[in-house]
Amino acid sequence: MVQMHAFVKTPQIVHLMNPPVIVNANRLTKSYNGKTVVKGIDFSIKKGECCGILGPNGAGKTTTLRMLVGHTSPDEGRLEALGLPIPEKAREMRSKVGVVPQVDNLDPDFTVSENLYSYGRYFGYNRKALEPRIQKLLDFASLQDKADSRVQALSGGMKRRLTLARSLINEPELLILDEPTTGLDPQARQLIWQQLRQLQKEGLTIIITTHYMEEAERLCDRIIVMDHGTILADDRPETLIKKHIEPHVLEVHGDDVDKWHDALQFGAAIRFEQVGETRFYYGSELKSLIDSLDGWSGLRYLYRPANLEDVFLKLTGRDLKDD
Amino acid sequence: MMETAALFSRSSSVWMRNAQVWSKLAGSSLLGSFAEPLFYLFALGYGLGQFIGSVEGVSYIVFLASGILSTSAMNTATFEGLYLAYTRMEVQRTWDGMLSTPLGVTDIVLGEVMWMGTKSVISAIAILLVTALSGFVESVSALWVLPIAFLTGCCFGSVALTVTALSRSYDFFMYYLSLVVTPMVLLSGVFFPLASLPETVQGLVAFLPLYHVVEMVRPLMTGGVPGSLLLHLFVPAVYCLFFISLAISLLKRRLLN
Repeated sequence: MVQMHAFVKTPQIVHLMNPPVIVNANRLTKSYNGKTVVKGIDFSIKKGECCGILGPNGAGKTTTLRMLVGHTSPDEGRLEALGLPIPEKAREMRSKVGVVPQVDNLDPDFTVSENLYSYGRYFGYNRKALEPRIQKLLDFASLQDKADSRVQALSGGMKRRLTLARSLINEPELLILDEPTTGLDPQARQLIWQQLRQLQKEGLTIIITTHYMEEAERLCDRIIVMDHGTILADDRPETLIKKHIEPHVLEVHGDDVDKWHDALQFGAAIRFEQVGETRFYYGSELKSLIDSLDGWSGLRYLYRPANLEDVFLKLTGRDLKDD
Repeated sequence: MMETAALFSRSSSVWMRNAQVWSKLAGSSLLGSFAEPLFYLFALGYGLGQFIGSVEGVSYIVFLASGILSTSAMNTATFEGLYLAYTRMEVQRTWDGMLSTPLGVTDIVLGEVMWMGTKSVISAIAILLVTALSGFVESVSALWVLPIAFLTGCCFGSVALTVTALSRSYDFFMYYLSLVVTPMVLLSGVFFPLASLPETVQGLVAFLPLYHVVEMVRPLMTGGVPGSLLLHLFVPAVYCLFFISLAISLLKRRLLN
């Protein structure tokens, strides 16, 4: 694995007991045309954390990120990032932050390395300073062989890797990723995850929004669940699961599911939900239910530990979010 | 002073990005920016010139060359500020990418406008070269049209950027081109001397920046000395400053809301 230390400025002394606060948001509020999309949220992110912001469409995630990089000003509340007041000192802050946007904005007319050069110039670096960095970033993104390829010729996964590499050109102290793996195939996604974990190990603070619960569960050591502009939960993923969901889940669907369900007898210790054709049973002891499946050949089922998706759906509701 | 230097350095990175893209695609871009104006020059210059003879003491094609150069400087910046800038803004999201770095909207607009000025200079060089080789340029002082072309490009580039900042699609540009640019070309003394127009129209024409550009470029290319130079520089410069600030505030509203 390539040595990455050059990308991330990590102080020699690690403050294990009390890591410094990288982002601090205080009663942050933002309205558009009279509609409040972020309603007085508070959160703070410490150095070295990988914090996932989850929420359905319209939850206020993107607006929160836009306020964070100074692209829109909060109507109320206080926001600090890297010790700088935002939006007042947003320019200075952005010089120490890397951003991976939701929509690719690589320069299609440039080659891979030209993209990195021209982006580096926006930070005020000259060619000489960029040369060694770009070599390392190409290694990191596994794009050494593609340095002179036009961006248009890259696969979706390669473009994302290049966008991630580009966001590291200024050796950021904070990395912000807005749905970094949306639309990628599983292999490409695995590679991005691996790279993000590597960055996290080196002490980079990461904020990531995603719709993929598996992604959040794997990468993040901290999860903020948002909906309707408020924070519904903010904790470690395993704590969230423990706090909100029973340990085991049984999902059952199939032709006979109604008949089977009606024949069942279970106590109040088992919680039950129906979503479309699927029935969900939550509890710490589901053995009797599982045993009763034996005689029913028309049923499809999945018995699994509770996961972040269960938490997410419980907190944000199971209705379709189309707004 | 430090602020200005930092601003200049940030806008230069935007300029350099555009220059680098242009240098990769220079072939087709150059062809577009000077082949068409030269077709006009030779077709109209020779074709109509036969009937017209001389205008203001020079042959029609020499008269026309300065008008075509001015129009081309305007068109080059206009095209860049409309179609190419819109593509960077909406399709390629280049500006969004820039805004995630220390660059701000002001840096982007200034860099873009400087680039549009530069493209107008490139187009002016190409046309000047061909017209000089063809013997339609009367004096070495014609080289002074290059800084004027830069001003022209910045002026019309900033107007075009303002139109782009208000546009929801490429279709909107047709209104600006048909209702503003085309009448301006026809009224600014590009094809015929202003004196042929009614006096009330002549009064209105004084507000058109292209007219002032032509008034400077024509004497320089036909061996004369431009009169009222300050006034002719002043009008495009005021347009430029006004529309730069307008484009900045409109784009702030559009990109940072």
